[in-house]
Amino acid sequence: MRHFLSLLCAATLLALTLPAQAGPTQDLLQEHAALINKASRKTIQPAIDALAASGLPSAQTVLQKWQNKDMWLRKEDGLFFWAEEITGKTFRLYDFDTAAPVGDFDKAALKQLKPNSGVRAMIGAALVQFQLSDPDPARRLAALTAIQRDAEPSHLAPLRASIAGESDPAIKARKQQLLTLLTIRFATDTPTRVAAIQSIATDISLDTRAALNSLLTSKIVFNPPDSANTGARITPGDPGLSVEAAFDLMVAAGVAAPLPTPDQRRAVLSENIAGGKVGGIPLARLNSQPARDRAYAALNPDWSPNMTKATVVADQPFFQVFAEPSKEVTDAARDALKSIETRVALNQALDLALDGISLASIFFLAAIGLAITFGVMGVINMAHGEFIMMGAYTGYVVQQFVPNYTVSILIALPLAFLVTFAAGVAMERLVIRHLYNRPLETLLATFGISIALQQIAKNIFGTQARPLTAPAWLDGAWILNDVVSISYIRIAIFALALIFLCVFLFIMKRTRLGLETRAVTQNPRMAASMGINPDRVNMLTFGLGSGIAGIAGVAIGLFAKVTSELGSDYIVQSFMTVVVGGVGNIWGTLAGAAMIGFLQKGIEWMNPSNTLAAQTYMIIFIIIFIQFRPRGIIALKGRAAGD
Amino acid sequence: MSTLLEVSGVSVSFDGFKAINNLSFQIGSAEMRAIIGPNGAGKTTFMDIITGKTKPDEGRVIWGEKSVSLLKMSEARIARAGVGRKFQRPTVFEDQSVFDNLLLALRKDRNPFAVLLYKRNAPDTEKVHDLAAQIGLSDQLERKSGELSHGQKQWLEIGMLLAQEPRLLLVDEPAAGMTPEEREHTTAILVEAARTRAVVVVEHDMEFVRRLNCRVTVLHEGAVLAEGSLDHVTSNKHVIDVYLGR
Amino acid sequence: MTRSLFARNPSVLVFLACLGLFTLGVTALSEALGTGMISTSFVKTLGKTLSLSLIALAMDLVWGYTGILSLGHFAFFGLGGYMIGMWLMYERTRDIVVTSMANADIPPTPQEITDAIGNQIFGVVGGSDFPLIWAFSHSLALQLILVVAVPGLLALVFGWLAFRSRVTGVYLSILTQAMTLALALYLFQNDSGLRGNNGLSGLQNLPGLDDVPQSVVSLWFFWASALALGLGYLFAAWVVSGKFGSVLRGIRDDEARVRFLGYSVEGYKLFIFTVTAVISGIAGALYYPQAGIINPAEIAPIASIYLAVWVAIGGRGRLYGAVIGAAFVSLVSTWFTGGQVPSIPLGFYTIDWVDWWQVVLGLSFVLVTLFAPKGIGGLFDYFTGRKPPNRHGKDLGPGSGSLKEQEAEA
Repeated sequence: MRHFLSLLCAATLLALTLPAQAGPTQDLLQEHAALINKASRKTIQPAIDALAASGLPSAQTVLQKWQNKDMWLRKEDGLFFWAEEITGKTFRLYDFDTAAPVGDFDKAALKQLKPNSGVRAMIGAALVQFQLSDPDPARRLAALTAIQRDAEPSHLAPLRASIAGESDPAIKARKQQLLTLLTIRFATDTPTRVAAIQSIATDISLDTRAALNSLLTSKIVFNPPDSANTGARITPGDPGLSVEAAFDLMVAAGVAAPLPTPDQRRAVLSENIAGGKVGGIPLARLNSQPARDRAYAALNPDWSPNMTKATVVADQPFFQVFAEPSKEVTDAARDALKSIETRVALNQALDLALDGISLASIFFLAAIGLAITFGVMGVINMAHGEFIMMGAYTGYVVQQFVPNYTVSILIALPLAFLVTFAAGVAMERLVIRHLYNRPLETLLATFGISIALQQIAKNIFGTQARPLTAPAWLDGAWILNDVVSISYIRIAIFALALIFLCVFLFIMKRTRLGLETRAVTQNPRMAASMGINPDRVNMLTFGLGSGIAGIAGVAIGLFAKVTSELGSDYIVQSFMTVVVGGVGNIWGTLAGAAMIGFLQKGIEWMNPSNTLAAQTYMIIFIIIFIQFRPRGIIALKGRAAGD
Repeated sequence: MSTLLEVSGVSVSFDGFKAINNLSFQIGSAEMRAIIGPNGAGKTTFMDIITGKTKPDEGRVIWGEKSVSLLKMSEARIARAGVGRKFQRPTVFEDQSVFDNLLLALRKDRNPFAVLLYKRNAPDTEKVHDLAAQIGLSDQLERKSGELSHGQKQWLEIGMLLAQEPRLLLVDEPAAGMTPEEREHTTAILVEAARTRAVVVVEHDMEFVRRLNCRVTVLHEGAVLAEGSLDHVTSNKHVIDVYLGR
Repeated sequence: MTRSLFARNPSVLVFLACLGLFTLGVTALSEALGTGMISTSFVKTLGKTLSLSLIALAMDLVWGYTGILSLGHFAFFGLGGYMIGMWLMYERTRDIVVTSMANADIPPTPQEITDAIGNQIFGVVGGSDFPLIWAFSHSLALQLILVVAVPGLLALVFGWLAFRSRVTGVYLSILTQAMTLALALYLFQNDSGLRGNNGLSGLQNLPGLDDVPQSVVSLWFFWASALALGLGYLFAAWVVSGKFGSVLRGIRDDEARVRFLGYSVEGYKLFIFTVTAVISGIAGALYYPQAGIINPAEIAPIASIYLAVWVAIGGRGRLYGAVIGAAFVSLVSTWFTGGQVPSIPLGFYTIDWVDWWQVVLGLSFVLVTLFAPKGIGGLFDYFTGRKPPNRHGKDLGPGSGSLKEQEAEA
């Protein structure tokens, strides 16, 4: 009876505090109400775990609403709801279990739950298992990214559980990869981890390498305990452990007393000057280190000049100690990393080759116009770089009037050709025609034009760089894997270079102009007597070369900054390309561009910190190269070479 | 008569075209020789090989009593060894006086430092005057050589050749563009030169060759077709075929 | 020898006399020793102009006489400047360091002094150790040797490589330009040991002579520049007046012919290239102490091209032409870019000469090349009645040498 009564009392009490329709979620929340109300990072875990493990269909909603600070407490009965703002003051509450609105309440009657960021992160971690199985693939991917960024041991189980039900093969692959990485980091038994490590020994992705590298995180420890997972023994003075650092380690370990530095000893000396002497040695004689050492030794008999840090640290046990305690794991990681590095090197070579091709295309583009004017006509055009610049500025100006980037580029390309074609023809008519047979004078006169054009551009457009924006579809890059990628702009430039090559070959080999140009190149007088007008041919050829420079300018402007110095940045390399390749031959220009492009990338790769040095070495290489092939890679031989 | 220059089995090709094909040639130390041949027979290339301008693909070029190979020597060293060459077109230093041109060619130490410290002296001046007299330019010494007539330039160049005191003179079409009187003078200069040294004259003009009155070598397609006196070679059937066409 | 030199080239005497008078005149009008009509900074400008004339002379030897259009001589000029700059900077910093350390209660050790100097000089590029190339910077004599040795050696090695492989004409020009570019890019690096793009600065102060006012120091350098120019002119005149000059001009006009005369053209080119590099180095060593600062931008290829511009405007192939060109163009440039020339208002646009001078220079250069290939020096021919050889438009000869303007049009 008493039992019954007490039960009845309890039931009455319950009935008073809980509404009759309270569901399992509300029950669970009430069970942990105290924790939830005063959520703190240290204590909240049981509540979150309970929710996450409850298997309730509404658990995800609760966690999400809670995380987003949308969970409210009704003060009158202490029940939890999620709320929606109706007006500034009024909120509509919804029940977690039924998702049905409970009613509108004044804000004063409610209390918002505001978990702090630490708690929210923990809720987020718990949410992961729900997100991993979310019907929306984007949400699943986002969850994977979140795990990857901030992995925890707790993720391992939900991740493994979610793989079986995954329908999207790409996401499934990613999940599996991530699972392996998490296994390596968090699995409890060593064989599992080693197996996981071995299973990814062919994966070159950055995540894998980062995971393996983090396993191999190590620091140098003085006299490590036997239990530590030690690697190589380190001799002080080797790269990675300076004598000073080694000494500091020993001081920190308490086995060595700090030694005074020369500066400290000097300070001691100057504090102990007495009657113009320190330690019995006159001040004037303290201008050498041995004298100072003697004086210091006189003040501090414990000290002797032989006590250097180097002698202290010599032959002491310094070891590399891995943060990861298991030797099997670190060994496996090292082996896996080694095999990955070989693959990475191969891929890097591929990437480097792509970079080289792209740089070669740029040089080819910049040089092809020059190859025409210099190679075919024997005219040095120092203003070629400024024609490139004019092309780039034409692109910029067009973009001021045509806001659509795709359209503006399509307009700019032919317009740049026209502008520089006209400039080239004008220059040929006014200057170069009078200087044929005088190559050095042509060089100087065109240089005069070059500085004038550069300064005019500076006066019109100012010294700051002008943007020439690429259309959106050229943004981004073609990514093969984490090592190999190439931006679309560079692919486009490569394509443009190919098109130019074909156009040039077509003009030279298949058109009347090409035939006449070749005739005039080989024998102007004979050509003239055959009814070809050499003046006209030269004019058109020069215009063609200049026009191509203009188009190249638009292309270069898309990735380089458009300034008045744009042209001079490329002119020397362009000349090099033509000279190295061999004058008078388009294939030579191609070969020259390829050689210089690959060479520059290769040198940069060997010494990645310093592109200036790379250029220096490249030019030196070219100077030496000219020794062996003075006429370039593809040279005309014999009397045709005209020496 | 000792052999001064011996060319044996020389071949050279430009981009697959055989300009010289297994050519052999000898000349003594005091001999005049005329080389004739149709266009493209390889006459100029032959001279290029001897003077070191073109390196042959195979063969030997042996020079002098000590039988040194010319193939490994630079143009300048070959010239110093005693091979003088006159080009088809007159090439004199037009910006400089006739005197300077001749002085430049005078056989002297060619080392830059020696040249830098060179002082003009009486014997050299006298030599220049002698040479000028020989080529008939005595009264033109102070004129810029660019102002000379075409024929005078040709003579000046021959004079410069003589000033080098070469042991072998290679002369490419010396009579081109000359008046009959000028030709006669040129012939006289060459015949005189051939008394003391070897002279090889490349010429198209049969009349001029006849006047030189010397052995003739006929080149065709980079090889020797015939050799002997002018009458001998002109009666050779191959030579007639080549010159007149089949 | 000298007597016959003057006898054959009266212009040498005229030039030396003019230079002497000019030097005297500037001295008499200077702030230090004269009326003060010429400011110290203008004395420096004039001294720098004389140094530039000296390198223009070198350029004329190598281009006007030998026909090698070198676009790299400013590299040698800059190297000369760097070499003397290293000593100036080291000694001056040492003086400052020693003075400041003298106040310390304990006298400094040599190592401390060296460290402090290193810190002062290389702190700006984040270093403090002396690179190997500074090994001789404590000794004026050794650095002075380096002023001629470093440019000379570079020219010797580069020239040997280039001439040996028979690189000529525009190819050679481009190759020399590449050399300058390579050197400039190298010096731009911080770890080149020469303070990267900061360059060397404070060169206008002579170590140990802090009491001497700049007006006097600038006059000393002016005299030194004038002396160097005079000696350089004499040397150049001696080189080009004799048989050597004859060979050089022969190389310019027809290199192959000279070779078939038995002269080793490469040797002559190498000689003149190296000698002019040495002269350029000396000119640079005189210029930069007057400029006060040197940095890698001075060596950029454009500087060497300007050098060619000066010589071309002055008139190449004659020594006084080069000097006049360098002096004229650099002084006029200073005038225009200094902002002293009044702007021209056009109503819709105002021509500011600081902005437009480059345009005028570039275009006038084109005009000179087209219409007055002999430059300003050609005016002297006009007055003295010297005429170009009249070749009646006949054959050109095989090469396309630089004195062939007349026929080339035919």
